[in-house]
Amino acid sequence: MKTLVWVEHDNAVMKDATLAVVTAAGKLGEVHALVAGKGCAAVADQVAKVAGVATVHLADDASLENGLAENVAPLVASLMASHDAFLAPATTTGKNIAPRVAALLDVMQISDILSVEGPKTFTRPIYAGNAIATVESSDAKLVITVRGTAFEKAATEGGSGTVEAVGGASDSGLSSFVSAEIAKSERPELTSAKIIVSGGRALGSGEKFEEVITPLADKLGAGIGASRAAVDAGYVPNDYQVGQTGKIVAPEVYLAVGISGAIQHLAGMKDSKTIIAINKDEDAPIFQVADIGLVADLFTAVPELTGKL
Amino acid sequence: MKILVPVKRVIDYNVKPRVKADGTGVDLANVKMSMNPFDEIAVEEALRIKEAGKAEEVIAVSVGPAKAQETLRTALAMGADRAILIETDETVEPLAVAKLLAKVAAEENPGLILLGKQAIDDDSNQTGQMLAALLGWGQATFANTVTVEADSITVARDVDGGLQTVKLNTPAIVTTDLRLNEPRYASLPNIMKAKKKPLDVKTPGDYGVDITPRLTTLKVAEPPVRSAGIKVADVDALVGKLKEMGVGA
Repeated sequence: MKTLVWVEHDNAVMKDATLAVVTAAGKLGEVHALVAGKGCAAVADQVAKVAGVATVHLADDASLENGLAENVAPLVASLMASHDAFLAPATTTGKNIAPRVAALLDVMQISDILSVEGPKTFTRPIYAGNAIATVESSDAKLVITVRGTAFEKAATEGGSGTVEAVGGASDSGLSSFVSAEIAKSERPELTSAKIIVSGGRALGSGEKFEEVITPLADKLGAGIGASRAAVDAGYVPNDYQVGQTGKIVAPEVYLAVGISGAIQHLAGMKDSKTIIAINKDEDAPIFQVADIGLVADLFTAVPELTGKL
Repeated sequence: MKILVPVKRVIDYNVKPRVKADGTGVDLANVKMSMNPFDEIAVEEALRIKEAGKAEEVIAVSVGPAKAQETLRTALAMGADRAILIETDETVEPLAVAKLLAKVAAEENPGLILLGKQAIDDDSNQTGQMLAALLGWGQATFANTVTVEADSITVARDVDGGLQTVKLNTPAIVTTDLRLNEPRYASLPNIMKAKKKPLDVKTPGDYGVDITPRLTTLKVAEPPVRSAGIKVADVDALVGKLKEMGVGA
């Protein structure tokens, strides 16, 4: 089987999310990659060095600069004439593009795969990870998005892929890029953070959230999350929310502070490698999933923890 | 301009889904069902656009069992003008839903189709993008803010790490993310009024769309269970554990 991997990048640097997709694609067959962008030849060279990548298709065109799905999807669909499976990371970019490709190919996409069980068989989370479905495709071609935390990252050195230019890109005229505001904060974003410190309603106010959670997160170089209760109470903005209707995260360490552990929240973080909970209610459901629990008043325990780390 | 809002009837987001003992799926018997939360946000946004005088009509559409009428009535109670149910008891995958919606769009000629970015049951996150491809329209997924102009729509999208703003020619597809708005509750008088609003019932056959699934679900299983770990006595013990893991060391 010949696979085509979507390379996520900013026209200068390949993003890490690509590497797990290379691993997933390698389980299906020969790995080809597509670098679509503008002035992105350096990215193609990086991808060619990734272990396991045989060929890098480089599509360099002004219409591809911002990854607009309307321009990218027809290019991918045309390349799929000579590939059997298209795989993209389950990032906002991959999730935006892949279904558009799938519909152009009349293929039912398999979203967010956790494992490759056979040439057409995969597992994927449903109901926010409360169930795992094993699905088999009957389509001639496959379109897949890959959950990054479920596959090892391919090595960034050791590969010797060849780079081939591909043409045929054009502007659909359907949409145009206006601007991007990508947060330049030192703090890692939730979906890729290795450590996350999350706060719940027990913090009591936005000021207390800032006062208690932020110093600990700073100390650990962690991303900051929150339960829906804390978001609903207005302590933090909506994009902090970890849970079924917020962000699904799986960091190395998830530190839940004053979070009771509603189903809704657990669905968003229970794949974290190590879960640590601090809560004064020893019967809180969060302790049923926590690897390490501390029953304590967060207002004294967290500053003490911050001080001692 | 007309706005079409596809909505899905799903398990209520506060209910813990239980996997059936025979591994064929999730048990939905006697479980509270609601409108998919992201679709509620889509209905709300459509209503706000209409209330701002930028759309004349909001049409809710659902593909699903007869009981999806309840979901459509919720949309009508929130303020949608009329509804269409494409009734089927079969499993309808996003690709087939998109094909059905493309047919509805061809009949209704909406200027905008607003829908949730994903349903909280199958978590596919596909229908809007597929519909955009089938119609050959522009798409803005994961909308954070939507601004409707005379012949274009500007959307700030929630992307990893920040926001991306794109401008779409109309007609266009927009899928909603959580931060777009807070959906209103339907008032009792509006719930009563919604009962009298028009709701057409169709079938996939009426649109000539083959909805045969492409994926076969071989098994549905519980995720690996996390067992409760240990409790530590105090902060010093916790610091010790963290340092063992190389955290904060």
